[in-house]
Amino acid sequence: MLAKVKSKWAYFAVAALLIFLILIPFDWFLGQYKGLAIFIGLSTMVTVGLCLLIGYTGQVSLGQAAFYGLGAYFSAVLSKTHDVNPWLAMLIAAVATGGFAYIIGYPIFRLRGNYLAMATLGLGLIMWVLFRQLSQFTGGPDGMAGIPYLSIGSFVFDTSFKRYFLVWFFCLAILLISQNIVRSRTGRALRAVHGSESAAESIGINVDQFKVKVFVLSAVYASLAGSLFVHHLRFVSPQPFDFLASVKLVVMAVIGGLASIWGAIFGAGTTRILSDELLLRFGEWDIAIYGLILMLVMIFTPEGLFVKLKDVFTQWQLRHSQRETET
Amino acid sequence: MSADQFVQYFISGLTQGSIYALVGLGFTIIYAVTRIINFAQGEFVMLGGMLSFTLASSAGLPLAPALLLSVLISAAIGAIMYLLAIRTARRASVVSLIILTIGAAIFIRGIAGELWGVDFVRPPFFTGSSSISFLGAYIHPQALWIIGTTIVVTVLLHLFLSYTMVGKALKACAISPRAASLVGIDARAMALIAFAIAAALGAIGGVVMAPLTLTAYNVGVMLGLKGFVAASIGGFKSPILAVVGGILLGIVESMAVGVDWGPFTSAYKDAIALVVLLLILLLRSGRLAAEERES
Amino acid sequence: MQKYIMWVIVLGVMVSLVAVAAIGCTSEEEEAEPYKVGAVLALTGSASNLGVPEEQTVEMMVDQINEAGGINGHPLEVIIYDTETNAEKCATMVNRLIEQDEVLAIIGPTTSGESLAIIDTMTAAETPLVSCAASILIVTPVEERYWVFKTPQTDKEAVTEIYTYLEAEGITEIAIITDTSGFGAAGRDILIADAPDYGITILDDQNFSSGDTSMQAQLTHIKGTTPEAVVCWATDKESAIVAVDMQTLQMDTPLFCSHGIANMGFIDGAGDAADGVIFPAGKLLIVDVVPASDPQKNVLTQYRDDYETLYGEGTINTFGGHAWDALSWVVIALEEMEEGLDTDEARAFIRDEIEQIEGFIGISGVFTITTTDHLGMLPGSLAMIEIVDGKWTWLQ
Repeated sequence: MLAKVKSKWAYFAVAALLIFLILIPFDWFLGQYKGLAIFIGLSTMVTVGLCLLIGYTGQVSLGQAAFYGLGAYFSAVLSKTHDVNPWLAMLIAAVATGGFAYIIGYPIFRLRGNYLAMATLGLGLIMWVLFRQLSQFTGGPDGMAGIPYLSIGSFVFDTSFKRYFLVWFFCLAILLISQNIVRSRTGRALRAVHGSESAAESIGINVDQFKVKVFVLSAVYASLAGSLFVHHLRFVSPQPFDFLASVKLVVMAVIGGLASIWGAIFGAGTTRILSDELLLRFGEWDIAIYGLILMLVMIFTPEGLFVKLKDVFTQWQLRHSQRETET
Repeated sequence: MSADQFVQYFISGLTQGSIYALVGLGFTIIYAVTRIINFAQGEFVMLGGMLSFTLASSAGLPLAPALLLSVLISAAIGAIMYLLAIRTARRASVVSLIILTIGAAIFIRGIAGELWGVDFVRPPFFTGSSSISFLGAYIHPQALWIIGTTIVVTVLLHLFLSYTMVGKALKACAISPRAASLVGIDARAMALIAFAIAAALGAIGGVVMAPLTLTAYNVGVMLGLKGFVAASIGGFKSPILAVVGGILLGIVESMAVGVDWGPFTSAYKDAIALVVLLLILLLRSGRLAAEERES
Repeated sequence: MQKYIMWVIVLGVMVSLVAVAAIGCTSEEEEAEPYKVGAVLALTGSASNLGVPEEQTVEMMVDQINEAGGINGHPLEVIIYDTETNAEKCATMVNRLIEQDEVLAIIGPTTSGESLAIIDTMTAAETPLVSCAASILIVTPVEERYWVFKTPQTDKEAVTEIYTYLEAEGITEIAIITDTSGFGAAGRDILIADAPDYGITILDDQNFSSGDTSMQAQLTHIKGTTPEAVVCWATDKESAIVAVDMQTLQMDTPLFCSHGIANMGFIDGAGDAADGVIFPAGKLLIVDVVPASDPQKNVLTQYRDDYETLYGEGTINTFGGHAWDALSWVVIALEEMEEGLDTDEARAFIRDEIEQIEGFIGISGVFTITTTDHLGMLPGSLAMIEIVDGKWTWLQ
């Protein structure tokens, strides 16, 4: 009975979310926030990959922004400097970034815990240095502008309104794909790995291979987001892909809940709204407040804020339905 | 590269390396005793330098008390950070702890930016700024203080860990937390002491380097990273190796500029630390993985 | 019965709240609507020592204007957002200013990278931008920069000042040391490109990163090539470290720096190593020795006095001057604006007015803007300055 109630609420929540998302960019609703909403969508795409990685393999990546940047730069350079069709460029970028993650995945995943985190940190920073230094390709520290819009035939994605739907289309597609992965046999295997690697291995799951696959998947998601990012701003520079950006992504994943797919929207949304809307009122205290909030969330709800809220809600439901059956 | 230049590269690298070593010591102490990587370590170095500026230059205190006070205040902040943040987090996962210390680092940096503003400052030199000639090269007097402090601190730390009760207890925790608690050592008290000591070490580094390297609210990030690489060379267990690692890193960075090798330009100098880090992690991945599984 | 009373009370409270709000609104409408201008500045991050003086200048100007009665009776409101020296954050804030705050014009950003990132957005939104950043690409090609203007001199002008001086002194072999940020990299490109025009050969080209704590290795390398002068292109902190390191290595080679060191922070940081350093900057730093015949004299003196009264002696900074010029242009346009224009018309009007500015006497220089030149800085705006005994002196 609990299962039925829970899924009824879940469907309701998802439907409400979809309607809300569709209505946002209209000026009579929340249109002035559509720029912000586009960035939330992009962040969500990267965060979902991170959630899968951290939540289902127990390993953290402190360099995820590097994959975001790889997708961005590949798309930018291919579509602007080499006049490649932007969609093709996005595909090439995703394949290249995924391939790169595959190659470095095996050596990196021989490490664990803190050491793995540090390796990803080092990798992310090296990518950032390359983005900055290989100026003949990347435009150097000031980046490059004039990246073309995405278009389908004669329909060009030249306004924020159109790009909002494009970004959220990709975002929701990724969320649904990830949801399917989690529920499938692969997903159950993932959870087994996180629970106990030796047990998983004993029933024939190739643990190392799984970890690398999840890593590659998260890289591909990030790359797609990076491509959409440059076709939105029509500009790319190394700044959005530094260490702090990777940290912010981990924060989004953690606030959303490390094993929660839909929590990624919550995590990305609250973090973005916090740093781009609410903290503006506090002038220069915003850095300190951001750090404080990070600490408080990690101390009191380490399983993720969204997950905690879901738990609270589920418990309320339990008590509510118990009372119903009692009366 | 002439002989004189070689000596100069070596001495400059030695100075920088000593800075990295001092930062790396703090990482090592905390990790060894608590298995936590403290991302806020660089911020303690920053605090040491900023506090010494406020106390010595703005408040006009005489130098020695100002430096001592800076270190003590930083140590206190380290202890408070442990008590309020880390201890409260209780049995948190590795990921949570990493993010927690990152949050603490961001918080400390933000407060520092508010209190001291964004401009950089220079605390007074300990013994002036006339460069000293040495074996065909030149060294700044403050650099001698940096190198000297690193040597003295390393020796004192070694003596402390090997010959005092508290030090030996800390070492026991580093070797095996479970065995240590079995013989009655309070792990949480040891963790508190480790944090305070690490903060003090970082502040000592900050205090002695700030007159030469200039300091501002945001210097913690870069210094923290370099110090982290130093600590990783020491395997996060051995303070002596961390110091050796830091000094080696400084010397390699310096020599690389002098070597004039093909595509490498000085623009990639700070990538050296990152490459070293990755190499170490990958080369020792087998042993590191085994260690993680044990703890 | 109790329930009934409760509902009456609740309704009563709601009605009074609405009434108060309505009255509040109407009384607001009787005052003149403020003119809203946006500003995106780097208050934190690597360019914060440029952005904070810009912010302080803007706040000072807003207070001055409003105390004098505003612009044609309309109070001036400048909404300032921190970009954290981050192009993405800057783009987000610009969107916010345009769509949510509905500003009539935007000044800033502080750095070239951030400025280049938002040109498309400003053009698409048909809102004028007056940038406080250096790169010439911000205003060229001018056909694609219809809505974009800028106030600081470009790096090219600064390099020209240095190279002209070197040529006059007969110096032909130099070494350059630059940082890897946008500012340093742009300076390096121009130093390398323009050197042959002045008969200058670059013997050594070294780099360092912002945040590096020692340039001794790079300087040792440079020392080995025995140049006649060293040109350093970086912001004040790293330039100060270069100066100190050169002193430690006992290099008597003359050091030339960029306009990035045009503030007291450099002198404080480098100590006595700052003496003898030469750099190009706006005349603000040497305003006291600028002759009365110079058209900028009064404007510079007034700005210096106002700023230092408010923020302390010796805090004057040429970067704040860029913001002064930028906001002044917008204010000039607003002063000519008629009543009753809607947001789009106002933005177009301001753009047109700025494009017609002629002979504007500013802090960074004297300006005449045309349809083909959206910077419009007239020659002679920069001065070569030498630091002597910890003070700025004019080298002529």
